[in-house]
Amino acid sequence: MPKEKFNFIEAYYRYKKIRRTEEKITEVYHTDKIKSPVHLSIGQESIAVGCSMASSKKEIIFSNYRGHAHFIAHGGDYKAFWSELYGKRNGLSSGKAGSMHLGDLNINFMFTSAIVASSIPNAVGYALAQKIKNFSNVVLCYHGDGAMDQGVFWESINFASLKQLPILFICENNEYAIYSHLKKRMYKSNIVERVRSFGLKAKKIKNDTFTIFEETKKILNKIRKNSIPHFIEIPTSRLKDHVGIENSPNMKKNDSRLVEDKELLFLRSKVKDFKKIDKKIESEIDTAIDYAEKSKYPKQNEILKNVFSDI
Amino acid sequence: MSNSSNLSYGKAIYEGIYQSMLNNPNVFIFGQGVDDYKGHYGTTLNLHKIFGKERAFDTPISEDSLTGIAIGSSLAGMRPIFVHQRMDFLMLCMNQLVNMASKICYISNGHQNVPIVIRASIGRSWGQGAQHSQSLYSFFAHIPGLKVIAPTTPFDVKGGIIASINDNNPVIFVEHRMLYENKGLVPKERYEISLSSARVTKKGSDLTLIGISYTVVDCLRASEILKDKKIDVEIIDLICISSLDIKTIIKSAKKTKKIIIVDNDWLYCGLASEITTQITERLKFKIPIERMGYKFSPCPTTRNLEDNFYPSANVIAKKVYEMVTNKKDWIPRKIINREILEFKGPF
Repeated sequence: MPKEKFNFIEAYYRYKKIRRTEEKITEVYHTDKIKSPVHLSIGQESIAVGCSMASSKKEIIFSNYRGHAHFIAHGGDYKAFWSELYGKRNGLSSGKAGSMHLGDLNINFMFTSAIVASSIPNAVGYALAQKIKNFSNVVLCYHGDGAMDQGVFWESINFASLKQLPILFICENNEYAIYSHLKKRMYKSNIVERVRSFGLKAKKIKNDTFTIFEETKKILNKIRKNSIPHFIEIPTSRLKDHVGIENSPNMKKNDSRLVEDKELLFLRSKVKDFKKIDKKIESEIDTAIDYAEKSKYPKQNEILKNVFSDI
Repeated sequence: MSNSSNLSYGKAIYEGIYQSMLNNPNVFIFGQGVDDYKGHYGTTLNLHKIFGKERAFDTPISEDSLTGIAIGSSLAGMRPIFVHQRMDFLMLCMNQLVNMASKICYISNGHQNVPIVIRASIGRSWGQGAQHSQSLYSFFAHIPGLKVIAPTTPFDVKGGIIASINDNNPVIFVEHRMLYENKGLVPKERYEISLSSARVTKKGSDLTLIGISYTVVDCLRASEILKDKKIDVEIIDLICISSLDIKTIIKSAKKTKKIIIVDNDWLYCGLASEITTQITERLKFKIPIERMGYKFSPCPTTRNLEDNFYPSANVIAKKVYEMVTNKKDWIPRKIINREILEFKGPF
């Protein structure tokens, strides 16, 4: 697709909505209305935006505890998201999940895990089911470079390759596992090369929203057609701390990306009426927070519900 | 034509799985050796030929990811059965079982559920040693969100595997390798047993023996020896570990007023402790309760020590006699566990 035809309005909307949501969380965090750890996505928006815009509604999304960006980009229930953060009854999971376990089955967004790499085999299992049942849905599995320290990642890609499953692994390489740099964790950081040796089609993609969108779209089409597992690595920066609202100590002191995100400015430059979009986003945020504030907490008898499924 | 057949425990498992796969195209089975010529004691024999290699397949030795893969497939509506030749291998699956399978229903507030069956063989004999013989079922029963069952008879193992496959939750299905050849009458139809009920295997009046899995066989043998002393024991086969049938136990306790729990595991922080606690919490009067189980050591390989590691029918009988008569003047005749002597693997 030529770049001019890309839906920059939608891209800007998604990108800005993620950024503003995360910023809003940092603004309200001191009130302790969100009584839970948050793992913010500021700095990593382009990946969620590019990949989500390349996806159809049929795709199955596996994310992780740093999942706000994915959730918002893929169009999860926004009001229920805020209510979930606030621990309220009308949240995504009646407050039992919180920020680390977001999920919304209306958009095929699986409830996420707070254990690094633990959803990766689940994503592969979902893809296996698609293959067994001859369905054509593709599974998207977002994970970080930290997940690749885990044995289960390598077991999982081996199996995905062995069974030729319809899955796309999206590695958001922000180089850090909390404060531990990649170089302290891996002898060689040739991620793509190593994944490729397992038989997956693997590629490193430049981090700009359009390129991510374009490459992902192509890859998803290939997977739909041939059911070959793919892997993409996208370098990115997490500008906030691993957990919480402080700025990342991994950043240089005078890093301007928090105030002047180049990618966001670029997308904005492509949108004539960006102020209208900004206004819409602020209104959505205010409405959602108001909704969360006014919502009730779960009743005490909720505590023992859904330990087991009684469907 | 009879509606039941005389089937071994292993064949009963096979029949339960076969009928479930026939009944529901979403049921599939995998694990190391599932499609080999032994078919894990015949329980999976030729399923790949009948249902195709997509629904019955061998796997890499990747227990951790494969548990996660089972979970993921269940989120997509499948009902996977993951077979382990040994319970000990489940230690490699703990993250997926404890952090994922047991939590997904709760953290999604019931929007998602994980209908998976994890089959695991446990048990003694033929030098299984420290890492090939452990029961460990108490680990799993400790976790809200996991179901754990360990049937003893061919009837219960068939009804149990079918019920586990049909259950909408993760079930750890514990099979004792000394039971695979045990025979019993098994209905030909597809039927379920309850996943929260114990069974009174033998009625009696002098004392209640509570067994689980293979120790039920030991208890039955002990009851035979005890006839020498005209002692009549009641035997409860617990079957369900995660959902204890305390009602059945209490009813028996009120009748016999003496209990020995013969666990198939270590006693410390274990199932027998849980049962003891629940009995004392519920009974308004005090009764003697004893626990028997493994010696608190890893299982030794040499037969000479292994025999001492497990509670035998002989030792159980002696304990019962002492509790019932308050005397220590009887040495019960030895009983040979034929299946232990004859067992030569493979697993």
